[in-house]
Amino acid sequence: MNVEARQLVREGRARTKIIDVDIHPKASVEDLRPYLSARWWDHLQTYGSRSRQGFAKGFPYPKSQPLASRRDSWPPGGGLPASDLAFMRQQHLDFYGIEYAIMNPLSPTGQGDQNDELSAAMAFAANEFELDGWNARDPRLIASVVIPYEDGEASRTEIRRRSGDRRFAHVLMRSRTCELMGKKRYWPIYEAAVEAGFPIGVHVFGTSGRPASNSGWPSFYIEDMTEHAACCQAQVTSLIMEGVFERYPDLKVVLIEAGFAWLAPLGWRLDKIWKRLRDEVPHLKRAPSEYIRQHIWVSTQPMEETDEPGHLIDVMNWIGWDRFMFASDYPHWDFDDPLVSLPPSLDEARRNKIFAGNARALYRFT
Amino acid sequence: MAGYVVATIDEIPPGARKLVEAGGRAIVVYNLAGELYALNNRCPHRGGSLFDGIQTCLVESKEPGRYRASRRGEMVKCSWHGWEFDIRTGKSWCDPGKLRVRQYPVSVLPGNELQEGPYVAQTFPVRLEGNYVVVEA
Repeated sequence: MNVEARQLVREGRARTKIIDVDIHPKASVEDLRPYLSARWWDHLQTYGSRSRQGFAKGFPYPKSQPLASRRDSWPPGGGLPASDLAFMRQQHLDFYGIEYAIMNPLSPTGQGDQNDELSAAMAFAANEFELDGWNARDPRLIASVVIPYEDGEASRTEIRRRSGDRRFAHVLMRSRTCELMGKKRYWPIYEAAVEAGFPIGVHVFGTSGRPASNSGWPSFYIEDMTEHAACCQAQVTSLIMEGVFERYPDLKVVLIEAGFAWLAPLGWRLDKIWKRLRDEVPHLKRAPSEYIRQHIWVSTQPMEETDEPGHLIDVMNWIGWDRFMFASDYPHWDFDDPLVSLPPSLDEARRNKIFAGNARALYRFT
Repeated sequence: MAGYVVATIDEIPPGARKLVEAGGRAIVVYNLAGELYALNNRCPHRGGSLFDGIQTCLVESKEPGRYRASRRGEMVKCSWHGWEFDIRTGKSWCDPGKLRVRQYPVSVLPGNELQEGPYVAQTFPVRLEGNYVVVEA
């Protein structure tokens, strides 16, 4: 009934085109089986995956709601949230009139596994299932190239395999990598992505094997969630300082689910210090903030909510109105509803850019 | 406000809740140990369904490491972002001054005292037996 009431609100407005750059359709390990060799299926059955952390199921904290999902997203016919296409259409894709939605699979994907070869085999299988299990059934669902990112060369192979395939939007990494993202071990990923014309999507979370903070493990999930901003600051800084954007001038990075209000002060801080220490990093040809403005895109969810609405607009102004892309994070509990999540003061032109125009330009959707 | 018949009392026993429609609004009727409360189903934060949220307790803490849980089942936690509201008052626990769920008076009337409006009769079949639950909306 609530859905019906909201349906009226939606239909009462001019139909806005929406490209949602972050949804999480759910797959099971069994879904990946047709795309795994007998060798790797047997390995999984016998030894399982080896995440870079001590928790067998990869849930360091209870995530607020079961499976970190909206409590109204469990399909009435059974199964896990976002595992049932018909219900996902009814609750999300059709309900909001989503034109395209980019799938960022989180599990099972093999990403971050200790076993590089297993990680590569599972990434391949996850990509095949994105195509067969979702895109073939609903072409609005655009795939991500899942890569075994701790192995640069294996990642390059997977990216090349998907090059030119318009059913894929970007290359998918997780923010908590084993080493900082600017390090050489990850350069084959950036090189291959630029060759293929794919942006790099960096979705938060992942298991680096290290604590979420510089000072060890936090006690609470709320700290784990907030740390993504700190993690992504370190990653953006590393990509700039290691000269990745000088080496790959066409590289485009999309930060997904990291928030964005921190990006402006990061630019201010980096620029100030760089003016004093520029001879330490002489390979940088421009101020750090210029690399941010040229190479970094951000997804909107989870949108920061400031007490003073003008504060949010100020940082969005700094980041640039062509850099924001709407994301819902469906079906997760911190979902952003496109009807109510953007600041109400935005004019129509800016809303349209954030809801679809910026993603259409970046991903070259027709 | 007008009275709308939304249920019979035996449909909402103590501890239960029911999603109803009254005056074109989706409303959740809660029975807390025999006392009826009705909240707008639409969470004032971002519009999530309160009916799909869990009923939980009030957790308080005077200092880190000491916790007290009370009023079991008397708080509702939104199905989306987890905002908590006091079912008895509609007040948000996190920010009670700013965010409050719209609350509607609920009463139970014996069947023979009921004045039915035509809209209610059209929308909700009313059972002749038992007592009717009426939502003012």
